[in-house]
Amino acid sequence: MSRGRIPHWADVTLVPLASVFLAFVISGILIWAIGESPWAAMKLMVEGAFGSSYGWGYTLFYATNFIFTGLAVAVAFQARLFNIGGEGQALLGGLGVALVCLYIPWPHWSLALIAASLGAAVFGAGWALIPGYLQAKRGSHIVITTIMFNFIAASLLGYFLVNVLRPQGAQDPSSPRFPSETALPKLHEILGVFGIPFSTVPPVNISLLIAVGMCFAVWFMLWRTRLGFQIRAFGESEPAAEYAGISPVRITVYVMLISGALAGLMAVNSVMGEQQRLVLNAVEGAGFIGIAVALMGRNHPFGVFLAAILFGFLYQGGAELALWTGIPRELIVVIQALVILFTGALDNMVRIPIARIFAMRGAR
Amino acid sequence: MDFMVLVQVLESTMRLATPLLFACLAGLISERAGVFDIGLEGKMLVAAFMAASIAFVSGNVWIGVAAAVGVSVAMSLMHGLASITFRGNQLISGVAINFLAAGITVVIAQNWFRQGGRTPSLSGDARMARIDLPFAEALRDVPVIGPIYHGILSGHALLVYVALLCVPLTWFMLFRTRFGLRLRAVGENPAAVDTAGVSVVGLRYGAVAICGVLCGLAGAYLSTGLSAGFVKDMTAGRGFIALAAMIFAKWRPWHAMGAVFLFGLLEAVANRFQNIDILGVNLPVQAMQALPYILTVVILAGFVGKAIPPRAGGAAYVKEH
Amino acid sequence: MITAWTASARRSDPRMTQAQTQAMRQDTAASNAFAIELRGISKAFGPVQANKDISIRVRRGTIHGIVGENGAGKSTLMSILYGFYRADSGEILINGQQTDIPDSLSAIRAGVGMVFQHFKLVENFTVLENVILGAEAGAMLRPSLAKARGLLKDLAREFELNVDPDALIENLSVGHQQRVEILKALYREADILILDEPTGVLTPSEADHLFRILRGLKEQGKTIILITHKLREIMDVTDEVSVMRRGEMVATRTTSETSPTELAELMVGRKVLLRVEKTPAMPGPEVLRVEGLRLVDAQGVERLRSIGFALRAGEIVGIAGVAGNGQSELLEVLAGLRPAEGQAWMKGAPLPLSGPDCDAQARRARRIAHVPEDRHRRGLVLNFHAWENTALGYHNDDAYNPSPWKMDNAAIIRDTQAKMAAFDVRPPDPQLKASGFSGGNQQKIVLAREIEHTPEVLLVGQPTRGVDIGAIEFIHQRLITLRDAGAAILLVSVELDEILSLSDRIIVMFDGRIMGERAPDQTNAQELGLMMAGMA
Repeated sequence: MSRGRIPHWADVTLVPLASVFLAFVISGILIWAIGESPWAAMKLMVEGAFGSSYGWGYTLFYATNFIFTGLAVAVAFQARLFNIGGEGQALLGGLGVALVCLYIPWPHWSLALIAASLGAAVFGAGWALIPGYLQAKRGSHIVITTIMFNFIAASLLGYFLVNVLRPQGAQDPSSPRFPSETALPKLHEILGVFGIPFSTVPPVNISLLIAVGMCFAVWFMLWRTRLGFQIRAFGESEPAAEYAGISPVRITVYVMLISGALAGLMAVNSVMGEQQRLVLNAVEGAGFIGIAVALMGRNHPFGVFLAAILFGFLYQGGAELALWTGIPRELIVVIQALVILFTGALDNMVRIPIARIFAMRGAR
Repeated sequence: MDFMVLVQVLESTMRLATPLLFACLAGLISERAGVFDIGLEGKMLVAAFMAASIAFVSGNVWIGVAAAVGVSVAMSLMHGLASITFRGNQLISGVAINFLAAGITVVIAQNWFRQGGRTPSLSGDARMARIDLPFAEALRDVPVIGPIYHGILSGHALLVYVALLCVPLTWFMLFRTRFGLRLRAVGENPAAVDTAGVSVVGLRYGAVAICGVLCGLAGAYLSTGLSAGFVKDMTAGRGFIALAAMIFAKWRPWHAMGAVFLFGLLEAVANRFQNIDILGVNLPVQAMQALPYILTVVILAGFVGKAIPPRAGGAAYVKEH
Repeated sequence: MITAWTASARRSDPRMTQAQTQAMRQDTAASNAFAIELRGISKAFGPVQANKDISIRVRRGTIHGIVGENGAGKSTLMSILYGFYRADSGEILINGQQTDIPDSLSAIRAGVGMVFQHFKLVENFTVLENVILGAEAGAMLRPSLAKARGLLKDLAREFELNVDPDALIENLSVGHQQRVEILKALYREADILILDEPTGVLTPSEADHLFRILRGLKEQGKTIILITHKLREIMDVTDEVSVMRRGEMVATRTTSETSPTELAELMVGRKVLLRVEKTPAMPGPEVLRVEGLRLVDAQGVERLRSIGFALRAGEIVGIAGVAGNGQSELLEVLAGLRPAEGQAWMKGAPLPLSGPDCDAQARRARRIAHVPEDRHRRGLVLNFHAWENTALGYHNDDAYNPSPWKMDNAAIIRDTQAKMAAFDVRPPDPQLKASGFSGGNQQKIVLAREIEHTPEVLLVGQPTRGVDIGAIEFIHQRLITLRDAGAAILLVSVELDEILSLSDRIIVMFDGRIMGERAPDQTNAQELGLMMAGMA
């Protein structure tokens, strides 16, 4: 089975688009099979996600989470490391945010934001460090160790919430509310400065700008710095990297630190920006959605940004769908699974017909 | 801890270890053939849902079990299509299967039963009946033997005993039959199998299908034996614990049984006690929950005997000379 | 002896009845003198035509050699015969009967067995398990194993194929592993045995043993096809020989009526006189010295044994040897890619051979450059643009990093353009991916990168492997120029001609040891050949 030659532009656009199209078609069939109208569902989703600044606000809020976790997976993929542990790293990032916000009195949100971001990044990176180190030094398969670390993180967080952070007498395993000084400015406040009206309800906040900044930072790091050069060389060919004097151990550890830090940063948006307290399921699967986002975005920060918006739309649209129809929110998980399947595992199935079309055109 | 508590905990261990054992052997067979499978969780979940819903509708648990095995094998073949035929990334395919299962079970459950993603409670013939082993009643009051035989070993659903039987069967299949020899060879060096005139693709699909059957039984037991119905995400990471047990056992069937009983025991203890004092150290329940994963990482790191997976695992076979 | 064999030949193939097997082989045996006949076989891999309209006839009961340079298409042809690949066109006749061989199973049924260059054995299985794999006598292993054990004993006695049936493959020497491959074929009742470069990995005594085995098999009426690029073996052991060149079959000769010279000419096509214009070397002071270098690999095998030599400025030292005698490991150790025991000095200062300061970056900092043997695996990142490959290994250079946090891609691209012009790389496009260049131009990209940094020591492995004639001359000229500019060059090549024409001194390696040193004008290929075989 030859891979076939596809122009680069087609490989980065047509293949993911065809995959998403397939995922939507199959989901449409599923919606039809459970007795709803796929067309009406699609319309409802689009209107719910993009039809108002309220919808946009939620779409962008979700997208912010997915940008962070998507970048985390994408950076690791550049070094051919499959970091499936974004979920656990984001959980630990949340713990970092909570500790910073609860135990240090902050005079102003801006200082709190800087410190909490650092806390989130350090905790996330620390949680990724161990699997990274074990992969680099002991050859322990990073996919398995990061999966294990997701579960260990959940237990660890459970312990902290139940035994340490939970206020006396409270029933829920959750931290107390953060002081109001740590509340982040929401998008409507930022846009308000420029006189642009925006819905005050959705939790989208200044973290969105950090996320966009991170897209640029990651792009710059990968394609404009020595570290990025070494990461990409290592990912493309380990023997060649070794020949160039690039230490596999060091690169693996660095990449996992960066990846873990990015995943951890997600907590700034969700824990500090929205919930204002730490709860057990603070991440809500966003760490895993990062896998779909990175695959869909072809591990490029710009692609990750677009894919994150798409998944933000799916999450917001899906919530609207669940509200107004009999289709549960989990439909989105199905779409997400299909996107992962077609872009990540069955990409040859999608690529081969596209390659044939190009071969036919080339032959003419 | 008095003796009766111990008996109860061990009885519960038997039940909790059963789905783990099925899933662990499923993963073991698949990975021995060179196909990594982190989608055990998803297959179990879909099977659990199918078993519960079909058992509820038909009123017969065994029809439910058959349906569970069917849908689990179908998911397995999808994994095979991606990772064997289209030579895709086996790990990503596994991830996709887990999400597909998590999503589709709720969507369909909601559509069929409208109970928030669960199936109605099962009762009567729609649940797995308990089986009393011979002489269980008679031996009941014999000291030591009685509680062990009657209290721990007897009185489980049929699938518990089937799972135990699967251990020697798997061992025999792998190490005493032609199919097993070829299956292990294809996981170590598929080129050796190919040049010997045996189909690599066929063997791997075979292994993947067996994996599907066992995952189907695991899921079916979960929703119709261990519980009385399906609830959203009811596998709760058991697929990954099974994966951990497989690594812990270094891909060997008898060791796998040991590993799942250890992990099952941890779960049973965590279920029963919130905190445990061991030698004066207070062990929180979360530590008990995390222990299987921590142990697996320690094993993977090679601090206590290195776990070496089958050499051709995770990669599709491409001919070259 | 004969009875033992016929008894075993009557064993039934598990998938075919005994009668069928016997009938098929007997009908045709009487009517045709050729065990194998290939007619008009062609096979292309994408744009590469590996086999072009090949026809060949192999007489029954003979040893038939197929010679040709690397990439001449020998292995592809044999893989087609073994059903590993399918020919695009052409037909295969076995014992005079047209036979379709879509897969290995069909080849085995037709009585064809193959010993691949890279063995197809399951490393953590026993010999017995490997032998029966795919040809088990039934669904249960025990009887199959017992049966094979008995048969193996007979075969071992008859053909000097002694191997412990219960040994794990990973614990066997290469020579013994090869015997297992031959046993596998014989167990499957192969009448025609193909061996692909069987001696490449063997010591001379193991090779001699192999040839004794092959002669014994021939006496039993087996037909053997021996693929090799070593002419000595062809002359020693074959009855007939066919020569392949660039995917085509160019001639078939009776071995006793031909000579190595004629075969060599046929292989190469024209008389290539590898004569490089060069003046006598003017060696300067000692630059690199190595003493007591020892390397033990992960399997515990000693790959380098107390290697010691010195390199002086302005000379080329060639390392000659049969592939796999430690030359590759020596290059990797000196390049900082593998830690080893022993001592080394660069211009009098110690050069660490292990530990944290022993990596390729540290070597480059000491002005030791390396053109690796395998440019696809090590020398280039095939998916990187040419300009990115120019920075590979030199990505920390100040010229490419004007500030500590940003790489100056534009500067690298400019530098790449200059290097491409200096080395006549075609097309001179820095934005093209490395995989898009031909072999010769890829090698020029690597050489340009390493040479243009004016190293004091250049380690070069197989500089012209898979490179077209024009580029070969260019590359040789560049190496001489670098030498004349005062660099010390250590050249590893399996091409003896290349060693002879480029080197100022020649070191011969065998089995991880240095066998001796010769001046190129005071030795010849024959003497070097003996040393390379460990016999001098």
